[in-house]
Amino acid sequence: MKFSDEQIHRYSRQMILPGIGGKGQRKLMEAKVLIMGAGGLGSPAAIYLAAAGVGTIGLADFDRVELHNLQRQILHKTDDLGRLKVESGRETVESLNPEVKVQTYSDRIVSANIREIIKGYDLVLDGSDNFPTRFLVNDACYFERKTLISGAILRFDGQLSTFKPHAGGPCYRCLFPEPPPPGMVPSCQEAGVLGAVAGVIGILQANEALKEILGLGESMAGRFLMFNALNLSFHEVKIAKNSNCPLCGENPTIKELIEYLQVCQA
Amino acid sequence: MVYYFNRFRRPAIRFAQGKKWGEGMSGEEIKIGIDKELNLKGKICPYTFIETMLTLEEMEPEEVLRVIVDYPPAACEVPQSLKNEGYEILEVRPMNGTDWVIIVKNKEIE
Repeated sequence: MKFSDEQIHRYSRQMILPGIGGKGQRKLMEAKVLIMGAGGLGSPAAIYLAAAGVGTIGLADFDRVELHNLQRQILHKTDDLGRLKVESGRETVESLNPEVKVQTYSDRIVSANIREIIKGYDLVLDGSDNFPTRFLVNDACYFERKTLISGAILRFDGQLSTFKPHAGGPCYRCLFPEPPPPGMVPSCQEAGVLGAVAGVIGILQANEALKEILGLGESMAGRFLMFNALNLSFHEVKIAKNSNCPLCGENPTIKELIEYLQVCQA
Repeated sequence: MVYYFNRFRRPAIRFAQGKKWGEGMSGEEIKIGIDKELNLKGKICPYTFIETMLTLEEMEPEEVLRVIVDYPPAACEVPQSLKNEGYEILEVRPMNGTDWVIIVKNKEIE
């Protein structure tokens, strides 16, 4: 495949980077990334992946755009109120970069459909807003051997890690074997978030996705990053594969996808 | 194709190649086999570098590419950027009042 003049111009500022060049740009253009949730994390991630020329971006979200989303979900605009998030997300991505193929999934992601959807992608970004989906995505990525770049935010805090159990690293369940009990999950009223925190973590997820596709730098696999906006601090801890992990450990008890009950959704 | 050139170069360009003044400046004509030509007249940086790199990526290992540029900063910046990427610069010199020639050898197999 030869680059058009327009492509060379569009991607020039990254193609000149060491280790990217034409080969790296081609990898990006052939890459398929699935984004779970077209919300606070998925929005900035989708925008930067599209801008970088990632060939196929999947957007999975069954929600419609509401006014309180617009404080952080930058894929959507005021005119989009009431529309499916995946539709408004598609429009934003395509207007930024018409070369990107956007695939949308507006059905609720459940154990019955997730593996079929994930199969067609190289890597998955989790920007979902609830624990049942988070565990479902992790388990499905493990069974399908897909790299998972997980981001999470609450109030002024954010977290990020990459899970590649198929390459020897830990999975999400190595850290958190089971979803927290309902009482431990912040109530809907408590679950505020600063919009820019979503931006920081979503963009870091895009950054890690680009690195994984390009094979550049140090992967976040086996590392867990914590961000606090008020102190403007980043802390990193090493995480190891858990031999007692119920999913990827030595004696796994989870052999198929589990559907947890969703108590409340912010 | 055989391309003849003079090894006498301008100091600025020699500096970009990491060579000292006087080194290899015998002035004798040597010949080098050129495998491909790339005319980048009218193109500016960084597109000069990008298009050179894209062409090299499609060439066979150790093949030689001759690039013509007419954007003056490109005569310094393209060889320097190619060197940073691990390519070997064989020659940089002015062709006439406006154009420069850069001869670069492709990398060995990675």
